[in-house]
Amino acid sequence: MSTIMLVFIWALLISAFLCLYRIAMGPTPPDRTVGIDILGTIVVGFCAFMSLYTGKDYYMNIGISWALLSFIGTVALAKFLERRSFDE
Amino acid sequence: MSETIGYIMITVGVLFDVLGCVGLVRLPDVYNRLQAATKCVTLGTCLILFGVAVMGFGSGQNAMAVKSLICAAFVLITSPTGAHALARGSHKAGVPLWQGSVIDQYQEYEETKS
Amino acid sequence: MKAIIQFLIMIALWLLLTWSLQPADVIAGIVISILTVALMGNIFLDKAARLFNPIRLFWGILYIPYLLWYILIANFDVAYRVLNPAMPIRPGIVKIKTCLETEMGKTFLANSITLTPGTLTVDIIGQDLYIHWINVKYDNDIEAQSYEIAGKFERILRRIFE
Repeated sequence: MSTIMLVFIWALLISAFLCLYRIAMGPTPPDRTVGIDILGTIVVGFCAFMSLYTGKDYYMNIGISWALLSFIGTVALAKFLERRSFDE
Repeated sequence: MSETIGYIMITVGVLFDVLGCVGLVRLPDVYNRLQAATKCVTLGTCLILFGVAVMGFGSGQNAMAVKSLICAAFVLITSPTGAHALARGSHKAGVPLWQGSVIDQYQEYEETKS
Repeated sequence: MKAIIQFLIMIALWLLLTWSLQPADVIAGIVISILTVALMGNIFLDKAARLFNPIRLFWGILYIPYLLWYILIANFDVAYRVLNPAMPIRPGIVKIKTCLETEMGKTFLANSITLTPGTLTVDIIGQDLYIHWINVKYDNDIEAQSYEIAGKFERILRRIFE
């Protein structure tokens, strides 16, 4: 139980570090934004793991809020990249 | 039984997550990275959430299972929309396509409009 | 009618999220759903009532496994391209035409295209969709491109949303 859980969590940590590499080294601002978007989705997977590991259901509330806030942040950053006003 | 199915789904989901992030590092420009990362990480996270739901229903934690199904639906709807907004934003910001690209009809459209 | 349907969707979502039938929770949910529909009811779910037609509902439920199957194929496609040392990609942005008229149908078509093998929607302008394709097969042949990318979804989405 806990061994296979540790393997899963290390695999997700590796993918989060790959995202961090793209955020740090990305040549253009949109590259970094893609990294931030993907990192947000991976954190939702982490919240599901925490919920499964501890058996408490409120970690899923954090996951749902994180998914929606990450989406809003991505859309705001994309609008900012477009160099437009935010009223559209 | 349900625990085995749940662990299999979570394993496949984590594998696809790692593959998507490898694609994010390896591929050459923003649009290709967005493709690989969005597809793989969306399905990977959805499979993790489905696996948690299967295990939750199996062990009687219905609240956790229903919440993870709702979360999967939200991820499945919001993730491609975010990718679409990012692709449009980066094209309007003037990020060029990779030099091996063969065609860009959106650029032709922008030129005829202006 | 539209407000009632929106209220029912909101209260169902609230009950699933809180997962309790305590009177205090249910009353708070009813108040918050009424407030949400009154404040923001005009910005979402255009023509919601027609989606509750049983035939449309049947095709909508049938669409979910169809889409999941194509998402699975897309993931193996991406895995093949990423893990191959030679990286067999031939990217480009192509234009396709769609026959769907409603906004919601076009939104679902764009999201489905983003999740299926090798394609990513960049912009929607009227009836034209601009698609980033990771492996361009045709040279400027809009008919063939449209059939290859969007045809398999339009067949079902037309029955749900039009």
